[in-house]
Amino acid sequence: MDPRRTARTVSDPKVRQVGFFTPAPPERSISDPPRFQDPIQPPSPSPTQVNDHSPSGNSLSPVMIPPAHHHSDNFLRMAPQATSPTKAFSYSAKTVTIPPENEDVASSFSPGRKVVSAKSPSSFPGVKASSVPASELTTVSVVNLPPGISGNVYKLKGKLIAEKAGGASVEVQNDRPVSAKTLKEKTSKAERRALQEAQRAAKAAAKAEATKASSAASKVVTSANTKPSKAAKPSSQKNDGSQVAASEKKGGDRAPEKDRKKDAPHPRMQYDDKSRVEKAKKRAVVKQTEARNRVELFRHLPQYEHGTQLHDLETKFFELDPMHPAMYKVGLQYLSGDIRGGNARCIAMLQAFKEAIKDYSTPPEKTLIRDLTARISSYVSFLIECRPLSISMGNAIKFLKNRIAKLPLALSESEAKSTLMLDIDRFINEKIILSEKVIVKHAVTKIRDGDVLLTYGASSVVEMILLHAHELGKHFRVVVVDSRPKLEGQLLLRRLVRKGLSCTYTHVNAVSCIMQDVTRVFLGASSVLSNGTVYSRVGTACVAMVAHAFRVPVLVCCEAYKFHERVQLDSICFNELGNPDAISKVQGREEINYLDGLVNQENLQLLNLIYDATPSDYVSMVITDYGMIPPTSVPVIVREYRRDHLWS
Amino acid sequence: MWWRSASFILDRQQEQNTSFPPNPESLLLSSPPPSMADSLQNPKPDISAYYQTRAAHHAVVTSDWLAQAQAAVSLQTNDDVSSGSDGRVALTGGGTGVDNKTFSVIDEFNSWRKQPDLAEAVAAIRALAAVIRASQATTMMELEIELKKASDSLKAWDATSISLTAGCDLFMRYVTRTSALEYEDFNSARYRLIERAEKFGEISYKARRIIAMLSQDFIFDGCTILVHGFSRVVLEVLKTAAQNKKHFRVFCTEGRPDRTGLRLSNELAKLDVPVKLLIDSAVAYTMDEVDMVLVGADGVVESGGIINMMGTYQIALVSHSMNKPVYVAAESYKFARLYPLDQKDMGPALRTIDFGVPIPSKVEVEKSARDYTPPQYLTLLFTDLGVLTPSVVSDELIQLYL
Repeated sequence: MDPRRTARTVSDPKVRQVGFFTPAPPERSISDPPRFQDPIQPPSPSPTQVNDHSPSGNSLSPVMIPPAHHHSDNFLRMAPQATSPTKAFSYSAKTVTIPPENEDVASSFSPGRKVVSAKSPSSFPGVKASSVPASELTTVSVVNLPPGISGNVYKLKGKLIAEKAGGASVEVQNDRPVSAKTLKEKTSKAERRALQEAQRAAKAAAKAEATKASSAASKVVTSANTKPSKAAKPSSQKNDGSQVAASEKKGGDRAPEKDRKKDAPHPRMQYDDKSRVEKAKKRAVVKQTEARNRVELFRHLPQYEHGTQLHDLETKFFELDPMHPAMYKVGLQYLSGDIRGGNARCIAMLQAFKEAIKDYSTPPEKTLIRDLTARISSYVSFLIECRPLSISMGNAIKFLKNRIAKLPLALSESEAKSTLMLDIDRFINEKIILSEKVIVKHAVTKIRDGDVLLTYGASSVVEMILLHAHELGKHFRVVVVDSRPKLEGQLLLRRLVRKGLSCTYTHVNAVSCIMQDVTRVFLGASSVLSNGTVYSRVGTACVAMVAHAFRVPVLVCCEAYKFHERVQLDSICFNELGNPDAISKVQGREEINYLDGLVNQENLQLLNLIYDATPSDYVSMVITDYGMIPPTSVPVIVREYRRDHLWS
Repeated sequence: MWWRSASFILDRQQEQNTSFPPNPESLLLSSPPPSMADSLQNPKPDISAYYQTRAAHHAVVTSDWLAQAQAAVSLQTNDDVSSGSDGRVALTGGGTGVDNKTFSVIDEFNSWRKQPDLAEAVAAIRALAAVIRASQATTMMELEIELKKASDSLKAWDATSISLTAGCDLFMRYVTRTSALEYEDFNSARYRLIERAEKFGEISYKARRIIAMLSQDFIFDGCTILVHGFSRVVLEVLKTAAQNKKHFRVFCTEGRPDRTGLRLSNELAKLDVPVKLLIDSAVAYTMDEVDMVLVGADGVVESGGIINMMGTYQIALVSHSMNKPVYVAAESYKFARLYPLDQKDMGPALRTIDFGVPIPSKVEVEKSARDYTPPQYLTLLFTDLGVLTPSVVSDELIQLYL
């Protein structure tokens, strides 16, 4: 009866549903089948039940988890009654008034984390049952239940209350200033969630015109909230709408360069953590506008309105004095998508670093090692703002920083610079260019006459393999599988056809039809993680899975410098979001405009993922510069490789 | 990379009379290779020499047959005065020892492999040791190049034998990797290498002992073990178990076409182990009663799968679908840097199969002698490095070769 376990099972179906639907579609009524069926629950107050019910009962529960649905339903119900959006918000303000002991539990269920915190000290039924219902039950004259049962029953009641009492209960709640005062300094995540949820619900209810009012209203609420808790982070209360506005407002003032260079946003920042995002934004060079409708499951990933930043950056060119022009150029190229593909991006970045190091001179009273490292970090944070780093780039940066840190102190500046530049060149040559050649050499041995090779997307290594095999006079056919929106396969196809290979081109939709003729599948990868998971262009997992089902061997070609010791089980935790417009529109086909004008609707969320994770079960072999290895041996390579990272 | 091969001379002889010692004249050694090209290649390019030797060993071997075989070998080497070729490491003897006598690593190897208890890899390493002994090289580099040539020619001579390839690679690895060799003078380094090679025979025997000891934990009283083909390691395992007074039952497959299972059942009967002989097609029928499958391996490949006598794959498939564990007993020198993706990804090692009745020429016969069992159908590998899961094989290989 592990509480976490039950919580998880409860949330599972919900998560699936949430991924592609808005959390609170206006049409949804309470009679909808999913979510909690409270009556079914046995009345005995087992700790697990209390645990997973109470947050929702509190209306503290995470926005995207199903209890939230039911909650938002409550909101919807009352929304008409609460004639003005402000009312609705005052209701939400009530939700803030949870007794502090609850905080832990509540926050442990916050959906954005997706991790249920291991220890929730106040999660015993006793505490819960007594404290939680206390706030809820006072609103209506419900019989005082014994604390044991109430944990379960109050939910039912709470629901009824919400439906029946509507605005009235709100007022009652608001009349309790004491609990509002007892707010602890930090507003918990769940509170923010609840707030957000409330605002969204209000918006939906009040339809179009309400949206405008809501931002104003939210400001009222936020200001009201911040008053009692001075120490609360101001950013935390903002919701999507107000936040966009706020960020645009702040566009003018840029934080001084000094603190920007030191704390670059962590490459894996959780973008649903509002306070961090806010902080990072202050430092940011590139002013990205955050996209409005993001799919719930992927809220922790950054997503920006595309097309706005480029112009913005261009105009800023002369203001960004600490940025080296070469870095600036590379950043812009990433942003506009001129450079793509793991190797190309990595090489471009390293070349830019080289340029920057060449022009670098140590400022007076600083040491080269420290100052240069800081400088590099600031460049990296700039690049991250342009586009999130790939794992290969992360590894290359790690390498470079390592080299800088290992520089002997006795070295003069020019010597140090030239060593570093040599190191960079060596990295490019040995780890990227040479290892590609080695991979080609290995992979070609697996191509026999009469083979039909399938590849997905456009991988530079796979292209080299195919061309080399062709040069060796092997007779084989190539199937290039491609997918929208990037259609990179066409580029590959063009180069292959020009060299005289016989090719078939199809989209990923047809992969199950074409797979029965195929004898080998060659795939590129953005990274291979240490549990053998292949992190690659979205769609790769699908191709690998189909190939596995047809018992066609899947060969993944990946240079060892792209390996990473991380373990990843799904493609949700770490990923990159592309421009949602790319999937809503078809280039060159104006008549396909069904989504025009719908893009900013609250109940439409577009998901354009860039990567996905292929489980190692579907991979027969990983071809690296160290030879052909099974995916289970990736950690061995990572270990060995790490060693020569440090000592070479 | 691999030679297509066919005929399998010994097969018929065995069938005619198993107790009849094969006449060495009928073996491939009978005639000295007439030309260079022939000696470079396998004299019978169609035969998978590895499987032929195995079959030869599994027939009843008498000591006088061995003597004859060795005589034939020495006869052959004497005949080969003619030349040095790139296929052979030709060494003109200096003032001492070997006078004007061509040394062929292949012949050396062949003489070693005739010993039935000597594993193929050991034979290869012994042969390479002989190269060192006969070598006139004066620097480590020279010696290394010479060794490289020798091992390449060995590998090319019988490309179907995985343990031969693995043995050569292993020894070459040892030579190039042992850093101690760089610091001492050439002669002592040379002796060290020779010594090492000599020791290897012992190591291989010891490996078998270690495997037998390790696997005892897995054989429990009252269990039924299915074995396929004849493997020295498997025999050693079962022998040790019998000596430890375990009560178990063994099902032996027949092991067509060379009937290696018959030989194993003979050996086991001698040990008073209850044995039941099955025809190869009865595996699925009896799988219900079986508690575990125990097979040897010709080679263990990088994926953790094994290459073994034909039929192993289907036994592994059947036992996998019935949730019976499949254990593989193999010495670590059989680990090879190969990575077959499927059955056809290896060069074929062919043999003739006697069906007892004439087969019309229009009918094709599948002659492959071995198959590849992917790692997902294997439970554990008993090796002298310990009891490993299939995925560890690659880790070991990476440690060894990278």
